Amino acid sequence: MENFFTRYKNPLALMAVLFIQVVALATQVKRPEGAKPGSTGSGTRLIRVWTVTAFTPVEKMFVSTGHFFRHGWHNYADLRDARQQNKELQDEVARLQMEQVRLKQDADQARRLQVLLDFKENFISKTVAAQVIAFSGTEQSRLITIDKGSRDGLKPDMAVITPDGIVGKVKDVFRLSSQVLLINDHDSGAGVILENSRLQGIVKGTPLGELQINDIMSDEKVEPGEHVITSGGDRIYPKGYSVGTVIASTPDHDNDPFLVIKIKPAADLNRLEEVLVITEMADSSHTASAGPEPMRAADILSQRLPSVPKVDPNAPKTPGAGVPAPKASPTPAKGNPLTTGTEQKPAVSSGQAKPLATGTPAATSTLNKTGEAKKPSSAGQPTATPANATGAVAIPAKPKPTPKKSVTPAGTPDSTQQPGAAPTATPQPTATPAAKQPATQQRSPR
Amino acid sequence: MNSSVSLTSREEIEVHRFSWPVSIGIPLLAIFLQVFLNQSLMKVLDLPLLVTIFFAVARRRPIPGMITGALIGTLQDAWTGHPIGLFGIAKTIVGYLGSSLGVKVDVDNPGSRFLMTFAFVLIHRFVYMAISLQLVGGSEAWIWSHMLLSALVNGLAAVVLFAALDRFKLRN
Repeated sequence: MENFFTRYKNPLALMAVLFIQVVALATQVKRPEGAKPGSTGSGTRLIRVWTVTAFTPVEKMFVSTGHFFRHGWHNYADLRDARQQNKELQDEVARLQMEQVRLKQDADQARRLQVLLDFKENFISKTVAAQVIAFSGTEQSRLITIDKGSRDGLKPDMAVITPDGIVGKVKDVFRLSSQVLLINDHDSGAGVILENSRLQGIVKGTPLGELQINDIMSDEKVEPGEHVITSGGDRIYPKGYSVGTVIASTPDHDNDPFLVIKIKPAADLNRLEEVLVITEMADSSHTASAGPEPMRAADILSQRLPSVPKVDPNAPKTPGAGVPAPKASPTPAKGNPLTTGTEQKPAVSSGQAKPLATGTPAATSTLNKTGEAKKPSSAGQPTATPANATGAVAIPAKPKPTPKKSVTPAGTPDSTQQPGAAPTATPQPTATPAAKQPATQQRSPR
Repeated sequence: MNSSVSLTSREEIEVHRFSWPVSIGIPLLAIFLQVFLNQSLMKVLDLPLLVTIFFAVARRRPIPGMITGALIGTLQDAWTGHPIGLFGIAKTIVGYLGSSLGVKVDVDNPGSRFLMTFAFVLIHRFVYMAISLQLVGGSEAWIWSHMLLSALVNGLAAVVLFAALDRFKLRN
């Protein structure tokens, strides 16, 4: 017997080591019920934590040193062309300002439609910028390590994006670093919409690191070049963010009635350096839902006609009386392109935001928190013409869906508009004086 | 320097030793470079595997060889999103085979180093895929062209790298 062990010492040792590793592997694969998918057993988790934690300071040091020299050189190089760039940027700013006015109009219109349809949508509220400090180093998994961890508020399943598009989601979080599963990993997936055709699907990574949509029927027409955006249905990625572009659409011979749609990622997943982790999302439903609550005509009359006694300001169904609605909390939406920065101001209370049930542009008013009408946001535009004021007091709810009227000449009132007044976003400066001096001025045009 | 009975000449059966800093530092450096450099080359080049093969072949002792492979593979597993042990098992086997092979054939010749590494890359990949598919339920794709390219690149890299690492062998 002793000879047996002596003779076969090496193979026995090999079998023992392999047995231990296979058992350890099996304990990870057969996870307890309710365990987080990304997490592993406590022992193996420790190995991962220790390894990543031990390497992280070194990785950070190398990345920081590299950035120091690279940025130092770039700073020098940038100075040489600063004057020319400054002029170009000024032109660009002027162009963008004009474009912003147009986009603001579109955004306002979108908000009004959201109010009408009672849409709920999540906006990015807070992000954490992080640097990529390591990669998986193998073709078998597409994973990156970033230099922010639980100390910075990161949690598993948070979305990771770049300005170009989505990158992936946080998988494992350590104290000083986190591991991010890229969207082109074959374990990844995200709900997407094809921008033109509005077809919905799930984009998944392949073992080769490509992005594919496999669940769209072959009778649908999908053209190369079509933009793909997130649908928000996976509750991880915010809606409307760029995923990529369709590069090919062919019938799936293995899965007959479906197409194989190959996507080119919008973010360059092979050259990631800095990313943003979305740590907080703001639900815009409270601002959106602040609009369409029905309002009795008598309540409106009581606000605007001095002869009718005012309704109790604390009454729940008297929105115009200046009672701040409980839902109307400020809705900061930093960084969201739709919000354009105005959402960081307090929202108008729900009652004030809905002068009429339909929320039509003609019936909107710009009331502030105290229940008074908001002053014209631009002093240089005293356009309180009586003719337009009639629109503001159109109590019989004769909707005037005339978007042209709602467009201010220069669009300047939009830029200073109260954010929460999304339902009342139609910037009718004419409505504000009418609302502030309810009886006299409103009736005068009649 | 230890020696063991073999069919090869005495020079070929030398059991080399390494200092502790080299034994620990080189594998850690290989893992660090593997996860730090995001070049396309690193997707086909497997530095931890090359270091595993080198130490296993140079030491010519199966148990230290496979333990080296197990440790390097486990550390490498920590950087992937997969369960820990996939690379560990694959590199354990490669370490064992490498040290066993080093006893029997000349592994200091550049040609044999290339062929040996070429074969070990394929074995490593095959073992990894077998475990991933059978035990973990993964969805790995075996692409011959990619595998052969990877084996070729690693084989060529091994010739250069092993020659450089030979300098760290302790000689009495």
